[in-house]
Order: sequence, then C-alpha cells, then structure tokens
Amino acid sequence: MAKTVVIAGTRKGAFLLESDEARRDWQVRGPFCESWPIYHAIYAPESGTIYAAAASEWHGASVWRSTDLGETWQQSSEGLTYGEGPLKLSKVSGLTAANGRIFAGAEMPGVFESRDGGATWSLLSTIEGHPDRPKWNDPENQPPGHLGVPAVLQHPDDPTHWFAIVQGIGIFETTDDGATFATRNQGLRADWPLEHPDVGFCVHKLVMSPQDSNRLFQQNHVGTHRSDDGGQTWIEITEGLPTDFGFACAAHPHDRDTFFTTVLDGGHGRTMPDGKAAVWRTRDAGGTWERLSDGLPQRDAYLGILREGMATDTLDEPGVYVGTSTGQLFASTDGGDSWTEIASYLPPINSVEVALVDA
Amino acid sequence: MADVRLPPTLPPLFPGLPRRLELEVATVGELLDALDAQWPVLLYRLSEPGPTLRRHIHIFVNGDRAELDTAIEPRSRVDVITAISGG
Repeated sequence: MAKTVVIAGTRKGAFLLESDEARRDWQVRGPFCESWPIYHAIYAPESGTIYAAAASEWHGASVWRSTDLGETWQQSSEGLTYGEGPLKLSKVSGLTAANGRIFAGAEMPGVFESRDGGATWSLLSTIEGHPDRPKWNDPENQPPGHLGVPAVLQHPDDPTHWFAIVQGIGIFETTDDGATFATRNQGLRADWPLEHPDVGFCVHKLVMSPQDSNRLFQQNHVGTHRSDDGGQTWIEITEGLPTDFGFACAAHPHDRDTFFTTVLDGGHGRTMPDGKAAVWRTRDAGGTWERLSDGLPQRDAYLGILREGMATDTLDEPGVYVGTSTGQLFASTDGGDSWTEIASYLPPINSVEVALVDA
Repeated sequence: MADVRLPPTLPPLFPGLPRRLELEVATVGELLDALDAQWPVLLYRLSEPGPTLRRHIHIFVNGDRAELDTAIEPRSRVDVITAISGG
C-alpha cells in the first residue's frame, strides 16, 4: 500500500503530512529546513528526494534536499549565483524535476539546474533572445524583489523542451534546452498597455495535463486560460467563474478536460470572494464551472492561496490539496466534491505538492 | 588570535562549525575566507558577489560596525550578527 505524503512549503520551513491511500488520518512532521522560508517544495519520484527552494533574509538562497522523506536534510547553494555583474540572485522559487535534472527558477530572472541530485547547481539560462529582453530584464526597470522565474515546466518526454514563466512578462518555451526561446502568450489578455505585443502578460500558474502534453491550463492575473496546442495559442475560459484573478490551479491526473482553480478578489485583498472558500472545477475544459465548497468554511473565511498552493495526487479517485496563506491545509479524496481540513495551524503556506510513496 | 562569535543560524548548516572560535586573520574579508576554506560555501551565507556583506548580516569588531576591509587585531573580538528583523 502506498503512503500519501503532502509536502507543504511554508514561510517557516517545510512540513510533511502523511497518510495511507485512504487519506483520512494525517500525521504532521516538521518544521524542516531550519525553518527557512520555503517558496516551493517538491518530490522527485525518480530519486525519491524531496527538494525545497528556500531563501533566508540573513543567509541567502539555497535548495534543501532530503532523500529519506524528511528524516535528514542537506542544503546546497553551490553554483546558485549570477557571479559578478548586474544580475543579483535574491531567491530561488519554482522547482521541477524530470529526466534526471532538477530545475530552479530564480529571482532575478534565470533558471538554474542540478544534474547531481541537488549537490551542485549551474546557471542554465537567463532567458535570452527576446528583442525586448534588455528592457524587461534591466534591474533598473524591475520592482525590487518581484521579477523572477517562479516556475519552470518540463516536458515529460523531451529533456530539452521546457517552459519558463517570467513574472509579469509571460511564458517562454525552449525546445533546445535554453539556447533559444519563443514567447507563448498569444491569445492571453492584458488589462494594461503592452510595450511589445509578445510580452507583458502576468501568468501566475501554468500546468500541463498528464494525459495530453498539448493541453495546458493557466491561472493568470487576468483570466483563466486553456491551450490545446501546447501553448501556441490560448483561449480564455473565465466565463462562469466569480472573478478573473487567482494564483493556484491544478490539472486532473487522469482526465484532460478536468481542471481545478481557486479564484480570489483581485484588488488588495486577494482572498476568497465574500469570505466563502471554494475550489472551482471544470470537467469540460472550461466550458462550464462547478463551485466546490462542501467542507470548506463558508463564513468569514478570507483565505488566500498562492501560486503553488494546490496539487493533485494520482490515485484512481484523485486527491486534491489546497494550502492557504493563513496556514490551513484542505484535502479532498473525491476529486473535489468534499473537503477536510487536515492541518489548521501551519505557518503561511507557499506551496503544496503530493507524492505517493511505497510504504 | 581573534575571538570570533557566530550566530546560531550557521552551525546547523555546516557540520562541525562551532559558535565560537579563534582565528589569526588581518581583516573581516580574510576571516570570511578562512571560514569558507574550512566550511565551503560559508562565505556565500554571509556575503554576496561584489563582494559585500549580505544586507542583513552585521559584523562588529570590538563593538564597532565593520565592513569586509575592516582590520582585525590579534586580540580583537568579532561578533557576526543576524539583523534583528523578521517576524
């Protein structure tokens, strides 16, 4: 029987929540990583290693790793640097692992990789090539501490094929391991003037259907969007949702048409509309939406969900997990129909991932 | 030998690193290099390319705020402090 392990990256370290396949009773362990702020923690099935991207205000950026499900931890920042020059590394955030490599998105914008299980890192790309890059990547034009690569999405079949999100700029796709990039923002909406038609789009979270690598979804600063052609073009699917703003979203593991998102008030609040918590699900690729709230608080629940705050597991009846910026972790074991609060008092949650591990 | 005192956040990252040790160095920069030689990457935890001290790392030599080029005398006391920040 497999063990279900939910990995929460929080502002005060990483936590592990463990259950069996039934996912009814949960044990919480942590905090790990010396309680450093964790921006994204993942599980790499190939090696059975947990990786946690961290940035300490005192000691800088690092990636922690555990090969024994949190019993012991090591950290390394060897190679996590832009060296001498105008680019400064303030933090690492989005992690992804596939094809024997671990990628870490960085702020200021760049992508680092490790080929030795996180022991050492090297700079893979600073997303060169776009004609407007000198302008948007100029430190003088960046809000301090805000422009970075929060996520990298690796293609499951091709190690040289991956997508990088640059905050407030958009999606960049490479099929030659970062030598060249194409923007993949066609059809996206921007409610602000664009200096260049290809860039200036605020992609919060990009996911790929495990069933179809051409089927992508994204939750954007303005709108929820779907692509049926691997990101070449985008179709807005916001209609039926209460707002067009949100961060976290997740693809269904078995059904290419089912997708989950959490939309928020888009002003200063960025919390659940009307203080009533809900996850939204489409089963027809965005044609219609269902509000899922059974078991979620429906009164005075001003919850925020950040971009990495939602995940799905791969069991036949898939689990869906949502972590809040006020430290609650909710789980559904029936595809989102009903929810249980499996942790109530964690530090503010930045990321949620889930792994199925042989017990 | 200078009397060097380190913050409690560092030893968990570097096995064998004590909170307090004695080193024969001439400047703060040399101190960080000496620590890094024995505990690789420790330099990066306290300074950034430039090189410059990290914004929230403060070093005091005999009670005075120091920079990388500040001199350390043989009997100096050196305190490495994490800034009083965070919540």
